[in-house]
Amino acid sequence: MRLKLHVWRQASPSDRGGFATYEAEASEHMSFLEMLDVVNEELESKGQEPIAFDSDCREGICGTCGMVINGRPHGPWKRTTVCQLHMREYSDGDEIWIEPWRADGFPIQKDLIVDRSAFDRIVAAGGYISVRTGSAPEANAIPVAREKAEKAMDAAACIGCGACVAACPNASAMLFTSAKAAHLNLLPQGQPERHGRVLNMILTMEAEQFGTCTNHGACENACPKEIKIEVIAMLNRDYLRALLKAG
Amino acid sequence: MELRSKVPSGPIDQKWTRHKFEMKLVNPANKRKYSVIVVGSGLAGASASATLAELGYQVTCFTYHDSPRRAHSIAAQGGINAAKNYQGDGDSIFRLFYDTVKGGDFRAREANVYRLAEVSNEIIDQCVAQGIPFAREYGGLLANRSFGGAQVSRTFYARGQTGQQLLLGAYQALMKEVQRGQVKLCNQHEMLDVIVVDGQARGIVTRNLVTGAIDAHLADAVVLGTGGYSNAFYLSTNAMYCNVTAAWRAYRRGAGFANPCYTQIHPTCIPVSGDYQSKLTLMSESLRNDGRIWVSKKADDDRAPGDIPEDERDYYLERMYPAFGNLVPRDLASRRAKDMCDQGKGVGETKLGVYLDFEDAIERLGADVIEARYGNLFEMYERITGEDPYRVPMRIYPAPHYTMGGLWVDYNLMTTVPGLYAIGEANFSDHGANRLGASALMQGVADGYFVLPYTIADFLARAALEPVPEDHPEVSRTLEDVRSRIDRLLALKGDRTVNSFHKELGRLVWDYCGMARNASGLKEALERIPELRQEFWENATVVGEGESINQTLERAGRVADFLELSEVMCLDALIREESCGGHFREEHQTPEGEAKRDDEHFTHVTVWEFTGPDSPPREHREPLEFEYVPPTQRSYK
Repeated sequence: MRLKLHVWRQASPSDRGGFATYEAEASEHMSFLEMLDVVNEELESKGQEPIAFDSDCREGICGTCGMVINGRPHGPWKRTTVCQLHMREYSDGDEIWIEPWRADGFPIQKDLIVDRSAFDRIVAAGGYISVRTGSAPEANAIPVAREKAEKAMDAAACIGCGACVAACPNASAMLFTSAKAAHLNLLPQGQPERHGRVLNMILTMEAEQFGTCTNHGACENACPKEIKIEVIAMLNRDYLRALLKAG
Repeated sequence: MELRSKVPSGPIDQKWTRHKFEMKLVNPANKRKYSVIVVGSGLAGASASATLAELGYQVTCFTYHDSPRRAHSIAAQGGINAAKNYQGDGDSIFRLFYDTVKGGDFRAREANVYRLAEVSNEIIDQCVAQGIPFAREYGGLLANRSFGGAQVSRTFYARGQTGQQLLLGAYQALMKEVQRGQVKLCNQHEMLDVIVVDGQARGIVTRNLVTGAIDAHLADAVVLGTGGYSNAFYLSTNAMYCNVTAAWRAYRRGAGFANPCYTQIHPTCIPVSGDYQSKLTLMSESLRNDGRIWVSKKADDDRAPGDIPEDERDYYLERMYPAFGNLVPRDLASRRAKDMCDQGKGVGETKLGVYLDFEDAIERLGADVIEARYGNLFEMYERITGEDPYRVPMRIYPAPHYTMGGLWVDYNLMTTVPGLYAIGEANFSDHGANRLGASALMQGVADGYFVLPYTIADFLARAALEPVPEDHPEVSRTLEDVRSRIDRLLALKGDRTVNSFHKELGRLVWDYCGMARNASGLKEALERIPELRQEFWENATVVGEGESINQTLERAGRVADFLELSEVMCLDALIREESCGGHFREEHQTPEGEAKRDDEHFTHVTVWEFTGPDSPPREHREPLEFEYVPPTQRSYK
């Protein structure tokens, strides 16, 4: 199939950037990123700079890839990162618009690559359980109800790709932040640091230029791991409690 | 090059305890005076960084990813082994040790493997305390499953995402230390060389992948947790960025490289669909429990699978191995699939695949039982191939996914360069010639949390290191080497893309040093790889500049190193005149086609020493002794 691609090209963070148009020839068996690989091979063999985009595992678990395709983070498939999207979705003659995540918290570095280190700083603010190596009690000394463990796992499945921020009209990082907090706050091991964790993570999220949550739910819809917005409700409850506690 | 394994004396179950006591300690108040560089933020690197920082050392952690959480440990699916014996099914530290030595086909160092089994239980304690959401039984206690041929149920798991959860645990511990100011984190920095001063590793040179800045970083010790080299094959289940550069640069600075020919090929991956293919996806081995593997009896059969009648199908594993059938070990399943394809019986458009058919299982058990067992895998398969495995047989083919070889390390995980350590998949130490399922995660965290932090203290306490000034001639020289290599790469303005070289190399390595190897093929590869390398340095093209993100330049440096490593891999495979584990030499097999070891001549680790860019590497040997697990022939009859 022949496609027309409109791809965001931006040489550096300070460059204005703009769309460039490419013709692409693709087979239906290719993944979306392999289609871009082929475009890049052609550009390189003509001595032109390839489209910079980030991707690593190409099986939907590392969270490295991410681009907005025709207005949708990670493209049209549910429960799918862009590296798992395949070209049989498209047909001959289609036009595809490809853009980076757009959010103040994710400055563009080049073309489709954005800086998501703000997520690391949110985790550093409290997204962990403090346990020095070697100081842990015997594993089965801490029973965890199966249902709790499963719910914690649902939240822990977040891959930190940033699609939730890209989808949110406010560019809020609430789904990401809440998922990490929920994972830890649901478990008995996470209780001692629960309040401080929530306060510090939210404070950091705001400082990192992410917007506030106004319950659009676009994040849940875009999340390739189907993290539910109920984790946001949980974070809000925890935040209130923590504020009251802090006085 | 001197290979001293430094295995402590005494009974095997007391070695590690005694060694921990005998090693020197660093006083808590003095730890902050020592700085350690950790390269890589996967399970091994992140857990080592976090633990060293907790102890009080000044740690700088480097990763080429945009976040430490992206490292490839994240993709491990199945689980992590530990000898907890929670199932009461007779497991013990000794049994885990025994299984691992035997699984490695008697080519690993016993003392290291025993220590791995010994610390496995602490790992689970640590991970649970960190909040890893392991699977639980209804009573709230930890669940286990069986895995990879072991006769006990010792694998802990978090759905099919165990690697992800363990890595996130280590990453969170790391970020906690970043927040405390104990770890300086350098994202998007690629290590391009080791700085060796007076024979000691004293730092590294990195390229900032965003700005292109080349910088030297100095420290008292350097730890490499930089993963394996399966991407030498171009197509593997490794992530796109996985590479050998850090380990290879260390090799070029004097670190011995051990057993490079020990690579593991996983039998059940989704086959290549075309030339554009960028990587391969693993499908859990558990599918072979219910799926039947077959090809057409006729070569070049273009009929759809449904049109091939039962009596024209060859269920070749069931035919050749009636006792084990479709459940023969990984290496056999992989090699027989290759044989079928070599005979022209491969399936699918590319003819590089065999069928894995669930029709009988669905008939016998019902589609809903199959869905409950394998639903997520079937969905993953359908997403990639567009084919519904409930109706059409899956197509599978083997793919490289782990490398047992790596930098040689002693019992303390130190390479042959003093002060330079290698942990996780980057070292060679624990898996011998074949790794068992659910053991990679175990080794990564064992090294990072529980071994390296002890052994490095002993080194630092004894080393009496002088500070290295930033303008030391060795620092300038190493910086200059890195800059000139980058300039050389950027000056390449030939006719071929970097990727095309990687593809061609991968094809060569796969054909001649893949699932089955023989002397004439390896000799052929040893002639062609240097030619390809020369062509690369004359005719590759690297577009763009060095002062910003340049993914072509990054890839070019990595491919250039793969072009060197592959030659040593083939050489290693050629001189190891036996078959063992993942290394299968066609000349050395039993009449049943099983790997035939030659214990008399090859019970040793082969270690390669770099002697210069234009001279062949020098071979060294570390003899192996088996005091506790006497070598036997593996048999699956």
